[in-house]
Amino acid sequence: MMFSLLAAGMMAVHPVPGTEPQVSDPAVKPHYPTLPVITQNEHLYETFGGKEGLTALMDDAMTRWLANPRTHGFFANADQARIKELLVKQFCVIMHGPCTYDGRTMAEAHRGLNISEGSFYALVEELQVAMNKRHIPFNAQNRLIAALAPMHRDIIDNK
Amino acid sequence: MRSICLPRAAWAVLAGVSSCAFALPAMAADEAASADTAVEAASADAVASSDSTGSGDMASPGEASHRMNAFSNGGRLLLTGGVSTIEGAGGGGLVPWALIGGYGTRDEFGIQSYVTGVKSEDFALLSFGAAINVKNRLEVSVGRQNFHLRDVGKALGLGNDFIISQTIIGAKLRLVGDAVLDQNTLVPQISVGVQHKINDDKTVVGGALGLKRTGTDFYIAATKLFLDKNLLLNATVRLTKANQYGILGFGGLGGKDQAYKPTFEASAAYLVTRKLAVGAEVRTKSNRLEGALGGDSFREDAAYDIFAAYALGRNLSVTAAYADLGHIALQNQHAAYLSLQVGF
Repeated sequence: MMFSLLAAGMMAVHPVPGTEPQVSDPAVKPHYPTLPVITQNEHLYETFGGKEGLTALMDDAMTRWLANPRTHGFFANADQARIKELLVKQFCVIMHGPCTYDGRTMAEAHRGLNISEGSFYALVEELQVAMNKRHIPFNAQNRLIAALAPMHRDIIDNK
Repeated sequence: MRSICLPRAAWAVLAGVSSCAFALPAMAADEAASADTAVEAASADAVASSDSTGSGDMASPGEASHRMNAFSNGGRLLLTGGVSTIEGAGGGGLVPWALIGGYGTRDEFGIQSYVTGVKSEDFALLSFGAAINVKNRLEVSVGRQNFHLRDVGKALGLGNDFIISQTIIGAKLRLVGDAVLDQNTLVPQISVGVQHKINDDKTVVGGALGLKRTGTDFYIAATKLFLDKNLLLNATVRLTKANQYGILGFGGLGGKDQAYKPTFEASAAYLVTRKLAVGAEVRTKSNRLEGALGGDSFREDAAYDIFAAYALGRNLSVTAAYADLGHIALQNQHAAYLSLQVGF
């Protein structure tokens, strides 16, 4: 039991070499990959409904983020379509789907936004609600969130 | 969500500036994130309150989000503060965890209160208390336990309604780690804690048994959430002199056996949904009183429980458990456990 937990812990991060976005500002030092691929096949990607499913998920999540006072301010004046497109690509790559991510690192994308821990969790919670609405199994949801959680150091309080 | 804010100083009030050292949020009437209800109603309220936050101070979204969090209701995910143990610490039902109770993030303060009833063949325990959580770093709790001896009290000639009561003042400090966020490492969240216990009873504990009525437990807890496996594991080591959690005083009889002994506690919980966790716990005890007053009436065994904890929302959790408390007094005690936790 312990050994498989150990192995699971190590398998949580497995960035595919060559696909991590480059940092354009050398002053920025990411703490964690933007594209930690967490699985070796497309089963998880299919559980999320593939590209169509992720697109619908992000459409719903964005509506919720705009409605939640803790996240609203970060999206209200942003290019929501582009953010949704990038999130679909990012999640797709993380789940070993056939996509290419053409956005920035998490560290650069969130630099200067000064996002609080509460806003970070509010985003996660709205994503959970959106995933529930699409009947994505709870364990699949948690595998995605577990992949995203370590990005907190590049997102929270990133002034 | 409204909140009551206590200004840092009178001059700040006069200047029209309110910088809150301590914000006590009012109970939220709605919780947009946790209620899977129509977004439309929430969005109308949310956009209105967001506009009122933004207008007139030109704050960046980051500033606004930090300021909002000082007022708000606890930002961490549901269930990630644990519930309240029978001693008032954040954790499972019996075992204190490394998690800081409540939902306060690193920017927030919060308060939880709890009431717990435990009923076994021969005893009943009522426990209630409250804890303050500070910036997901510190938890300070005070709890009260009323242990009803019932038939055993009657057998000891104390009447049917004899109660042994105890006050527990606790503090817990998170040292390292964040069990929820640190998904890419095996390093657990680690906290240390103390529980100072004051037993009121002079008749049995202070009198017939002649035991110390105060004692302090020290513990260290390590908690790890394997989110991709829906699994939380906790291990706690406690140094204690308590007999039956302190209900039967501290240390051995006649001033003997006064050294601290380590006891071992563990919990495992499985996350079923965002709001529901089930699990099991074990807690060993130091068994100083076996043989006291002849026979094995006072032998202490390990206690076990299986539990289900449900977060109705951000403010309310309920935990139900079935516990095998081991041998207390004359027989093995199997108990039903029910706890309600209200948080702000």
